[in-house]
Amino acid sequence: MKLLRTGLQEIETAQELEKFISENENVMVCCGRMGPMCLPVYDVMEELEEERSNVKFKVMAFDNPEATVIKSAPECRGFMGLPFTMYYKYGKVAHATSSIQNMQQITGILDTHFK
Amino acid sequence: MDEVFDVIIIGAGAAGLTAGIYTSRAKLSTLILNEGAVGGQMVLTEEIANYPGVELIKGYELANTMKNQAKNFGCKIKSNIKISKYNFENKVKEIELIDGRKFKSKTIILTPGGRPRSLNIEGEEVFKGKGISYCATCDGDFFTGKEVVVVGGGNSALEEAVALTKYATKVTIVHQFDKFQAFEHAIQEASKNPIIEFIMESELRGFYGNGQLQKVEIEHLPSGKTTELKTDGTFIFVGYQPNTESLESLVELNNRSEIVVNSEMKTNVKGVFAAGDCINKRYRQVTTAVAEGTIAALSVSEYLR
Repeated sequence: MKLLRTGLQEIETAQELEKFISENENVMVCCGRMGPMCLPVYDVMEELEEERSNVKFKVMAFDNPEATVIKSAPECRGFMGLPFTMYYKYGKVAHATSSIQNMQQITGILDTHFK
Repeated sequence: MDEVFDVIIIGAGAAGLTAGIYTSRAKLSTLILNEGAVGGQMVLTEEIANYPGVELIKGYELANTMKNQAKNFGCKIKSNIKISKYNFENKVKEIELIDGRKFKSKTIILTPGGRPRSLNIEGEEVFKGKGISYCATCDGDFFTGKEVVVVGGGNSALEEAVALTKYATKVTIVHQFDKFQAFEHAIQEASKNPIIEFIMESELRGFYGNGQLQKVEIEHLPSGKTTELKTDGTFIFVGYQPNTESLESLVELNNRSEIVVNSEMKTNVKGVFAAGDCINKRYRQVTTAVAEGTIAALSVSEYLR
């Protein structure tokens, strides 16, 4: 069941996430809620989706039990701020951030890891 | 770009979107350029219960409705852009983006809004999302069974501190003055809560930890004495600052960096108007921003007539 109302495609199961990141070279997944720290990140992703064809942008609901796959990732250990944002390269975690990020911070990460 | 808009609105918070609704409905060609996310401070509000005519609405829902209203009237919106240069000297104003795109307009409405003030002290950026938060509603449940610090003495700080007592075992409010600026009901509610403790006349000096926030350094201002306080998290609510840094030499600002406007939302520059959290005013509410956005739009219509 979809829980987020964004302009981005929502991943609903851990299996779907696993399949998607294994089939795509560069993937950014924002795991959050419809809250004030998450919405600006979704907004940036929607903008970038039009500009960066080399990256696939997805969201996953933090309250979806299947999101444990992200919440329990070693890269998210110590994270205490929504959203948890994952950057996958060839199916592996290239980078992860906690809490709100702006356009400059996100494009910086994309430029570094998804050249 | 050769098109000259009737009005370019800088910012897409409550004031900017309202202005966009009014000017586009008045058939003025309207472009909103927004450096952040659409909705401004509205989306930082979990629920709005005092917007007349609407019993209870989430901040992002109200922002989305306003955005759709403006778009449906023909308003163009470009968000997450970065402005590199303003030129308000001529009758036709120019705005240049960092990527080189230029936009021209007969009038400008400045609604850049404000942003949560940060403390700008050691460790703040390092521990953001790893113990430091600016939103109790978003991150409160990460601190279940933990001890947290809340920084600030206004309504937001005290109300969020009370909200955090649902999760934390101890909430310590650190405030720089000997009195709170919050409304009396917020002070009373915080004061009677047994989980909340107060450290007055004190400021944070640094955040420390090993991968995660573990302690803060606090200075007692009258004595200058510093102490360390172990904590699992810190929530910062020290007010908002107007986003007017890039407008300093272009329009008149007061000593709080707010844009000075008259009752018609006119700045000291002909054809340039301002509204919302960036202007010289006392009360910052969605309703006041909406009212000022309306006035600015109507003033623009009159100016162009």
